[in-house]
Amino acid sequence: MRARRTAFLWLCIAPAVVLFVIFMAIPTGNVFRLSLFQRSTFQPEETFVGLQNFRTLLQDKIFIRSMQNTLLLIVAVTLFTMGGALIFAGILTGQKLRGQNFFRVVFYIPNILSVVVISGIFSAIYDVDKGLLNSILQLFGHEGILWKGEQYVIASLIIAMVWQALGYYMVMYMAAMAAVPKSLYESAALDGAGGITQFFKITVPLIWTNIRTTLTFFIISTINMAFLFVSAMTGGGPNNASNVTLLYMYNQKNLGGGYGYAMAIGVVLFLVSFGLSALVNRFTRRETPQY
Amino acid sequence: MKLYKLFVYTALIALTVVILVPVMWVVMASVKETAEHYGNPWALPTHIHWQNFVNAWTKANMGGYMLHSVAVTALALGILLVVALPAAYCLARFHFVGRKFLNICFMAGLFINVNYIVVPIYLMLSDGDKWLRSWLGSSFLLNNHLVVALVYAATALPFTIYLLTGYFSTLPHDFEEAAYIDGAGYGRTMVQILFPMAKPAIITVILFNFLSFWNEYIIIKTLVTDREQWTLPAGLLNLMQAQQSAAEYGSMYAGLVMVMVPVLVLYICVQKNLTEGMTVGGLKG
Repeated sequence: MRARRTAFLWLCIAPAVVLFVIFMAIPTGNVFRLSLFQRSTFQPEETFVGLQNFRTLLQDKIFIRSMQNTLLLIVAVTLFTMGGALIFAGILTGQKLRGQNFFRVVFYIPNILSVVVISGIFSAIYDVDKGLLNSILQLFGHEGILWKGEQYVIASLIIAMVWQALGYYMVMYMAAMAAVPKSLYESAALDGAGGITQFFKITVPLIWTNIRTTLTFFIISTINMAFLFVSAMTGGGPNNASNVTLLYMYNQKNLGGGYGYAMAIGVVLFLVSFGLSALVNRFTRRETPQY
Repeated sequence: MKLYKLFVYTALIALTVVILVPVMWVVMASVKETAEHYGNPWALPTHIHWQNFVNAWTKANMGGYMLHSVAVTALALGILLVVALPAAYCLARFHFVGRKFLNICFMAGLFINVNYIVVPIYLMLSDGDKWLRSWLGSSFLLNNHLVVALVYAATALPFTIYLLTGYFSTLPHDFEEAAYIDGAGYGRTMVQILFPMAKPAIITVILFNFLSFWNEYIIIKTLVTDREQWTLPAGLLNLMQAQQSAAEYGSMYAGLVMVMVPVLVLYICVQKNLTEGMTVGGLKG
């Protein structure tokens, strides 16, 4: 019996472990290892160069630009998405509304579309001559705006990314808010607290754990989404105005910087994203109120 | 109070418009003729110009991409379920040496972003190909849909195992004990009794991973160098970048609609499972 149990466990777990090790653990280890080496398409053998790649990195203006863009996107997209999602979730769970389910279904739609589809949609919106936004502006006698020009490209990306993420977090918060007991709101209403007071004094404190968890994961996921959006929508242009770090890393293959340099970029970004998540986690710690 | 309700509805309808109008706009553009794309962008299409779809399907190879998308997604989902279900079951319901360590490893995997490791995966496979060529004279690791499906399945493992173990560990242990007493072995108990019970979690897993595999385009573009072998999103991106210069919008929008519609139809059929499934994994806080 004992031997059969062991055999069964091995049979069940080994395939998952093998897949995980080959396609996740080893490549992750290689990110760190290769960051200390030099290797490119034309020079496939690996030469150890120590911290050389990291030293080059600190002088690389495009890298610094891409890092600034990444951080800007993280802060802006997080603020707008989280804020918007909380407000709309609060509205939708707050009271009996007609068509509640319809709104929930519609708001979730952007989340199921491929980033390629979304960037196609937004290309149609941002088009200079025939775009949706510029044609609205022209109705009011405004000049069209170069939405993907150097000046507005980051704002355009922020709009697209918030559009995509809002519904997902809204549904997440709605689920959390549904667990808050109704009696709390009833007694608060008896004490004369209005909807907005209730939202900030009851809803937000009681789902704070959810907000914290989503915030921490949101930072990591925004880095990823920014890469997908930028590579599909702008390719990092114009003139690196919308380049983000993951894209810069990915493009090293073609830019001639080599794989070692790409991996050094990856390591720095990895550390920054973890540092940020840890910081956010630390500064949002609150006592969960008991009820 | 009435005024507040009015405000609430205005906000909700505004957001609905913001989400639906761009989607409709693209659908509308997909049935317009080339000449209409240069006219007033708000004008409704004069007639439904199906030729755009025919062009996209045949000339732009969207038909081929669709086939590849179906194949890769189905393969990846199959592999993922076969590998993840038994592993999650054992990790949730057996006590053995190394269980905790494995759980921590898979949890850590949740933080590894695929886009960080796609380049090392490419390097590993191309090194493997080089080695294979020198030994066998042929290579099969890059440009292989099965390998892509394996990579998809592997990168989805941490999330899937996390979600499934969470669900399996909530089920009472009496079921297994009863099955063992009746003489069922470990395998039979797992497949015939426990897996059917985990149906809600399995549906959630299938839905989320279907969406992420169907919509993926970075991995396929990196690991498959032959453009003919790409899937829908990668092919569409290619089409979009080509059309931007050629100013032939019709088939681009038709391609866009082709990628979007299967997902939308599926979503409308299963939306309840999807939005409720988000809480299955214990993200309830």
